[in-house]
Amino acid sequence: MTAVANPEYAIDVQGLNKSYGEKHVVRDVSLRVRRGEIFGFLGPNGSGKTTTIRMVCGLLKPDSGSGTCLGYDIVRERAEIKRRVGYMTQRFSFWEDLSIVENLDFVARMYAIPERKAAVRKALDNLGLTARAQQLAGELSGGWKQRMALAACMLHEPNLLLLDEPTAGVDPRARRDFWDELQSLAAKGISVLVSTHYMDEAVRCHKLAYIAFGKLLAQGTAGEVIASQHLTTWAIHGDRLSELQDELRKRPGVEQTVTFGDVLHVSGSDAELLRRTVEASAGGRRAELIDTNLEDVFIYLMGKTPENGGGKA
Amino acid sequence: MKRWGGFSGTRWWSMVLKEFTQLKRDRLTFAMIVGIPIMQTALFGYAINTNPKHLDTAIISADDTDITRSFIAALENSSYFNVVATLPDEAAGREALAQGKVLFVINIPAGFTRQLLRHERPSLLIEADATDPTATSSALAAVNGIAQSVVDKEITGPLASLRGSPAPFDVNIHQLYNPDNITQYFVVPGLTGMVLTLTMVLMTGLAITRERERGTMENLLAMPVTPLEVMTGKLIPYIGIGLIQATIILLAARYVFQVPFFGNIGAVYLSALLFIAANLTVGITFSSLAQNQLQAVQLAIFFFLPNIMLSGFMFPFEGMPKWAQTIGNLLPLTYFLRLIRGILLKGNGWADSWPSVWPMMVFMVVLMFIASATYRRTLD
Ligand SMILES: Nc1ncnc2c1ncn2[C@@H]1O[C@H](COP(=O)(O)OP(=O)(O)O)[C@@H](O)[C@H]1O
Ligand SMILES: [Mg+2]
Repeated sequence: MTAVANPEYAIDVQGLNKSYGEKHVVRDVSLRVRRGEIFGFLGPNGSGKTTTIRMVCGLLKPDSGSGTCLGYDIVRERAEIKRRVGYMTQRFSFWEDLSIVENLDFVARMYAIPERKAAVRKALDNLGLTARAQQLAGELSGGWKQRMALAACMLHEPNLLLLDEPTAGVDPRARRDFWDELQSLAAKGISVLVSTHYMDEAVRCHKLAYIAFGKLLAQGTAGEVIASQHLTTWAIHGDRLSELQDELRKRPGVEQTVTFGDVLHVSGSDAELLRRTVEASAGGRRAELIDTNLEDVFIYLMGKTPENGGGKA
Repeated sequence: MKRWGGFSGTRWWSMVLKEFTQLKRDRLTFAMIVGIPIMQTALFGYAINTNPKHLDTAIISADDTDITRSFIAALENSSYFNVVATLPDEAAGREALAQGKVLFVINIPAGFTRQLLRHERPSLLIEADATDPTATSSALAAVNGIAQSVVDKEITGPLASLRGSPAPFDVNIHQLYNPDNITQYFVVPGLTGMVLTLTMVLMTGLAITRERERGTMENLLAMPVTPLEVMTGKLIPYIGIGLIQATIILLAARYVFQVPFFGNIGAVYLSALLFIAANLTVGITFSSLAQNQLQAVQLAIFFFLPNIMLSGFMFPFEGMPKWAQTIGNLLPLTYFLRLIRGILLKGNGWADSWPSVWPMMVFMVVLMFIASATYRRTLD
């Protein structure tokens, strides 16, 4: 019962649920990732990102819910999915006691890649690892491990990449290179679902989803996600901002205060109330109404508890 | 708290508390801490007996008289012998010994009583399976005393002249398989089984839990490889290792300890292969139960203890109480020891080996079933 591979959506899942014992860690999650799209998956630690990704690629069986990955049923056609998806685990999961070339060669054999030797050599070349091919994977630094892992999960030329916090603990330069690579892959039609905590990475995604306490709170383009929270934000410039911040927190209409260097962002959902509070408290500092940015929204979403939006609604 | 020489009591105490808390969380370790001493005490205290009694004995009696019957009764009363069968002829006796069904066959020749009454000093023949010298030596040492007591008690009236020592008949003891009672003949082949049990269960247990502990299992599961391929692929190298280990011990047995090899060496390797397979299934099952490598090691040790104690490796199987024999009969090592000792020392062929082969096969199938039921295809 091979489903017809639907060319429009790389991932199309509805109402996924997963519990561990009493803990309901993924609640009614529905995701749609178009082909060639870089889809960013954000949310605090323990919110259910890894669990969702594992369900999408057939590593975990959802308690309920259904859907397709590259057109194949995520429960019944796991074998088909595994052949076509490149999954990079959150924790480095290659064999540290094998050398780089041995790891790649093993992966190539697993996927029965034709012209295996040439494919491995090419991957090493692209990585710039040819000289260190014999080095044990366990001896690589974080950035190199991540590049090796990406090369390994790209070997079989997957149509979809599932990357679970691929850049955690990687230096800014390596992160930038990594994202350049992702964007060129997406341009070739490869779809990417990537979880991250970095704002600069989030803004490079075509679409975003934000998950907290296992529940999707927002999904769409950056603009749509920002708009969905109906926040108004003021930027205040001046000195002694932390004093001001402490004071503003207690005032009506202020739902969130965040400092970005020497600027204080003050946000709230009641625009009029917020305006009055800011004007009354600014005390000679320069205050201006700005567009709410993605980071304001994510910090706002992170402040939500299961009761006021994260949980059963 | 007091400090001396940079030693902080508070720091030290928090270290102790942390260790206790972690220990408490690791339920399996905790169970082992309690379980291993209990098991050891039970095994050494109750199960092991180096002066085994109630040894299975068969009788071939061509002379059924009051005197022979009371001799047999006296053997049983001595508590060393336990008559389990009466056999028609010597061939049946040899077969029972070869298959390990009995340790002794007592052969009373025709006309024994008549000869006795005529003061002709007839002979009784006791054939003993001396593969394990410790199992049979005490019983054999007791035989002459028993013979004497039968004479003293049973022979009365006009025949009283037969009484007094020496007894008016001879007991010929014929020790089969290991006539010189060399302990190494018995122990060294058994060592193969013990070493294989430890390494096979431990190494497979570790090999699979290591993948899980290091997170590489997730990577494997995400690739298009089936569980059967993962399992069998991981096990093949260990089968090779097991065969190498067996070869080393067998070479030592043959050339260092001069153990006689009466049977077919091909049969020895086939038995080893079957035994390795049985232990691998144990290893896989443990690896599904254990969360990490430490727990896999603990389970292996827990399995290993009854194997050395109750299989007949260290102490005579026949000397153990029924409950301990029942546990021993569930362990593949028990059968492998009978098998390899039978082939090497007794020259057993297929028919004599079969009673030890099929239980290992049953064990393997049952464990394979458990292992595949507990193996996790997904990360659930
Ligand atoms: N195998 C598991 N057993 C029990 N709880 C789990 C397991 N895996 C994940 N969880 C729990 O599920 C929740 C979501 O975890 P995860 O999907 O890893 O979150 P994220 O990737 O967003 O950090 C966490 O609270 C975590 O503790
Ligand atoms: Mg995660």
